[in-house]
Amino acid sequence: MIALKNVSKWYEDFQALHDCSVAVEKGEVVIFCGPSGSGKSTLIKLINGLEDFQKGDILFKGKSIRDRDVRLPEWRRRIGMVFQHFELFPHLSVLGNLTIAQQKVLKRDAAEAEHKAMALLDRVGLRAHAGKYPSQLSGGQQQRVAIARSLSMDPEVMLFDEPTSALDPEMISEVLAVMVELAQEGMTMLCVTHEMGFARQVADRVVFMDAGTIVETAGAEAFFSAPQSDRARDFLGRLLL
Amino acid sequence: MFALEWDTILAARSIIGAGIAVTLQVTLVAIVGGIAGGTVLAMLAVSGSRPLQLFSKYYVALFRAVPLVMLLLWFFLIVPQILRAVFGLSPSVDIRLVSAMVAFVLLESAFFAEIIRAGIIGLSKGQFHAAAALGMTRYQSMRYIILPQAFRAMLPIMMTQCIVIFQDTSLVYVISLGDFFRNTVSIGERDGTLVPMLLLAGAVYWAICSGLSGLVRFLQNRTAS
Ligand SMILES: Nc1ncnc2c1ncn2[C@@H]1O[C@H](COP(=O)(O)OP(=O)(O)O)[C@@H](O)[C@H]1O
Ligand SMILES: [Mg+2]
Repeated sequence: MIALKNVSKWYEDFQALHDCSVAVEKGEVVIFCGPSGSGKSTLIKLINGLEDFQKGDILFKGKSIRDRDVRLPEWRRRIGMVFQHFELFPHLSVLGNLTIAQQKVLKRDAAEAEHKAMALLDRVGLRAHAGKYPSQLSGGQQQRVAIARSLSMDPEVMLFDEPTSALDPEMISEVLAVMVELAQEGMTMLCVTHEMGFARQVADRVVFMDAGTIVETAGAEAFFSAPQSDRARDFLGRLLL
Repeated sequence: MFALEWDTILAARSIIGAGIAVTLQVTLVAIVGGIAGGTVLAMLAVSGSRPLQLFSKYYVALFRAVPLVMLLLWFFLIVPQILRAVFGLSPSVDIRLVSAMVAFVLLESAFFAEIIRAGIIGLSKGQFHAAAALGMTRYQSMRYIILPQAFRAMLPIMMTQCIVIFQDTSLVYVISLGDFFRNTVSIGERDGTLVPMLLLAGAVYWAICSGLSGLVRFLQNRTAS
């Protein structure tokens, strides 16, 4: 479904990714972890073209992002993305956040967009908050709205970049619950997270990154119980302290 | 003595009224045109295209560097020629109002462009990414996500700029366009009541500007809370 082939990326003359290759099949849940600054966010952003890259290729359903007839807005519409800091639109109500792109990008009419939005809010347990503004919600609620907003575009893949790391501990589980449900429904997910419980529960594979390289790829259970590389062992050791 | 002056003012009210109409027309066109032009320039400034960025940058730098009075005189001398050549207007058509408006719109576009651009780059990069990630085009994310937030953040500064424009319109006297200020002065000169007339003009500008400033402060407090 998604494949990175020998991708290298530089910011000016700093190389953020070295020759990274990953393939994610339809319905798979792949967790990306690694120390801060290892290039996880960069890799996730490349997949929907929020950053460009200099070497290698990225494929979505066999089509290269570099193909001449690829339109990036349509490419991104099919790939949902959830950010660490939610990035809800503060000038729009919760309902507005969920309908604006449906109406402007997918050209759905207001009633249809609203119907879809309310169904998704129901699903993340926030129907009663449709009329509020993002600033009136807790962090956990905002992130659930952000997930619902992303789903409103009917994405075929979802990218998550540390969706719970800006949350107070007591709000993490409500967001993870939504993500677990999504994974169990068969959504293809690429998720940067250090939530080990979540990873063990839903991950098909774990990709461990360090200093811009993919150091190790393994099944979730194998990775957590017996990491192969020293760097991964080190990292897990520090995470558990 | 005061009764006498109120009489002259009353007698001259149609001239003063015509002046107020000119002042308000130039102010309004400058604000509306300046915000429209400034929005376009600000969008060019943050666009992906280097030539468009440079165009916006040099436009803003040029118009902010030229004194308003000089701009007004240029446009008074040049625009009439162009308009007459293009539209075949007869030389008797009074073109001063139009040239003043054109000069103000071009100038204020540069000022509003800077304000709006500051509003845009003050937003977090994540907002651009979030809009793009939903499949919005550059234009759609500007139109529905970025600009509404930039305008909201910059509203007090834009209001202040509107007050400055209102005051600056009095400079149209250099092209002998009869705005409120110039007409008030003319009557004063004609009737030998220049000092009271200047006081009257000052009082009117003061009343309007402090009213608007009060509104700005109100909006600032509201956005702050
Ligand atoms: N816009 C940028 N410009 C320059 N360097 C960047 C930029 N974004 C990230 N980097 C650098 O690239 C490296 C990887 O960053 P990032 O992908 O954010 O890592 P992670 O998400 O794993 O913490 C870091 O060293 C970071 O400083
Ligand atoms: Mg990161």
